[in-house]
Amino acid sequence: MSFFEDIVVGESVLVGRHTFSAEDIKAFARRFDPQLFHLDESAAAASHFGALCASGWHTAVTWMRLMVDYQRRSNEAALARGERVGHVGPSTGFRDLKWLKPVYVGDTIDYRTEVTETRASNSRPGYGLMTLLATGTNQKGELVISFVSTSFVERRGKAS
Amino acid sequence: MPKRTWEDFKTGDVAVYGPRVITREEIVAFSAEFDLQPMHMDEAAASATLLGGLAASGWHGCALMMRMIADGFLLDSTSMGSPGIEEVRWLRPLRPGTQLRLRVTVLDSRASKSRPDMGLTRMHYELIDAADTVITSMTSTMMFGRRQPGAAA
Repeated sequence: MSFFEDIVVGESVLVGRHTFSAEDIKAFARRFDPQLFHLDESAAAASHFGALCASGWHTAVTWMRLMVDYQRRSNEAALARGERVGHVGPSTGFRDLKWLKPVYVGDTIDYRTEVTETRASNSRPGYGLMTLLATGTNQKGELVISFVSTSFVERRGKAS
Repeated sequence: MPKRTWEDFKTGDVAVYGPRVITREEIVAFSAEFDLQPMHMDEAAASATLLGGLAASGWHGCALMMRMIADGFLLDSTSMGSPGIEEVRWLRPLRPGTQLRLRVTVLDSRASKSRPDMGLTRMHYELIDAADTVITSMTSTMMFGRRQPGAAA
């Protein structure tokens, strides 16, 4: 990530892509969301989901993982060009998270973010606040998750 | 004892679950898998950030809330999942060694218009420490099966 001043409202990027395996879905569910429709194929088949599907939190944290990887690649590229990079985070939270479709075994999700708003931070003068719309779309083109996330981003002036 | 159904969650009900302690090892392991930012991985790097020291990924706090919800009441219910989250607020850093409890307040409850076998329960969740300070709050709706499908709400 560059600095707060460099953010372009409306800019949209594909941050990454992930395919959900049965093993990953069950491993996450065992730790954090052990409901049977996330753990067991036959119980899931008998549920209203109809088949094993990922915990919604698994779908959400996978965005975080891919976003961090994307930012690291961007930062490495900027550093290689001899540029400075700004610090992003922490986030103050998110809102309007919608789990629109289940994520089933084998589904491949494309995660995208679009900057929807930037504003000054009253509490942290060295930082601004960036609001993103994050989305995940499956291989059929169906939106499976969307949410609105807000994070602190370092201002260019702070480190100079 | 029969499972808890939509009818069992009444507006104004408050319940507290836990405690559960979050360890440094858990914080670093979660971050290594899902949120590899220095502020969630390493004390020295974290001290230079706005968090002012090592703290869990906010998503880790959410995942722990989910587990405490599951163990607290969801696994013994007719849960049908959740359509989403209205809001999560990461109010304070979640530090290693914090003893967590989950306070759950039922905000409102309504029958599903499209599915007579289902009801929707809107809840407010607060992840609180031993001093009752709220670290993370969440408002969301849960879908539950009804004891008497199709009955008037």
